[in-house]
Amino acid sequence: MKKHSIKGLSLQVIPFSEIEHLSISERVKKLLALVVAQKIVIVQGRLRAEEEARLIEDTMAMVDHIKNFKGMELAVIEPDMRDKDFWTKMRYSIAKRLVGESGALTIIGPCSLVREIKRDPKKIELLLAN
Amino acid sequence: MLRILKNISRKLLSTFFGRKEEIRIGFYGPPNAGKTSLANRICKDWTGAEIGQVSKVPHETRHVQFKEKVEIKHKGKTLTFKIVDTPGIATKIDYEDFLRFGVKRGAAKKRAKEATQGIIESIQWLEDMEAVVVVLDASENPYSQVNITIIGNLVARKIPLLLVANKIDLKKADIKKVQAAFPEYPVVGISAREGLHMEEFYEALFALAKKV
Repeated sequence: MKKHSIKGLSLQVIPFSEIEHLSISERVKKLLALVVAQKIVIVQGRLRAEEEARLIEDTMAMVDHIKNFKGMELAVIEPDMRDKDFWTKMRYSIAKRLVGESGALTIIGPCSLVREIKRDPKKIELLLAN
Repeated sequence: MLRILKNISRKLLSTFFGRKEEIRIGFYGPPNAGKTSLANRICKDWTGAEIGQVSKVPHETRHVQFKEKVEIKHKGKTLTFKIVDTPGIATKIDYEDFLRFGVKRGAAKKRAKEATQGIIESIQWLEDMEAVVVVLDASENPYSQVNITIIGNLVARKIPLLLVANKIDLKKADIKKVQAAFPEYPVVGISAREGLHMEEFYEALFALAKKV
């Protein structure tokens, strides 16, 4: 059986302040450049719906042109407000209006790498523990 | 801007001439959710001809395909639609996934290449839609980022939408999961393949057309 390993896995955290002044094209370009370089990108906040669509469009345009690049995985993690009390929800809502979706995290990674991690999650746990 | 002008001129025309032009309705969703099966069912019911081929292999639809002047009658009312069936939207395409379905390597690579173009085409056509039916596979997890991105884009563009939980004939299908994932939107459970609950679908489609 073919042995799979995650070589040189790197995570890159991008604070929202680093991309907030960029245009949609620049923002997507920056994120995709990191994904193509086999990095898992964690963005503070979440992209707008049209930025996500643009990210998918640009990813597809690259799939056929970059060797071994088959696309990306995208996930948004948002704080669960369902069981929170009214004041917590209101505080979160005000903070969201003032500083954007800072409570959310967007995770983007090359699909080949994410597939490896899904196959053996212990590998990433080991890497993160070190 | 151009879209706004087009919409105004369409509304003026229908006001002056007392007729509603055809409504452009897009069928969007992830691959293999049954968009073409549903579009085929509608087109076959009302025009006698199907719109495209269906297959178990994902990304069978790799170009936007449409049928104009589809006249649908429901409870004494008639509406005319332009049915736009779009390729499934995904964030990744791996030709090796097609090999598992018995597709030859060369054909799989070609299919993957066309599928990437199809996804781009789907997203670009979104701008032209007046209403959208988002087709989801009721037997799959609805909380996928692609589903959220599609619905988020429709909301951002103020395009009215209807959610269809397809494949309810399957044992694993769970329409409640789809409703729980997107509680703000109407959800109709159907089986496009078996023709189940199509009356409810047409009812919801006419309600959607009212929002245009």
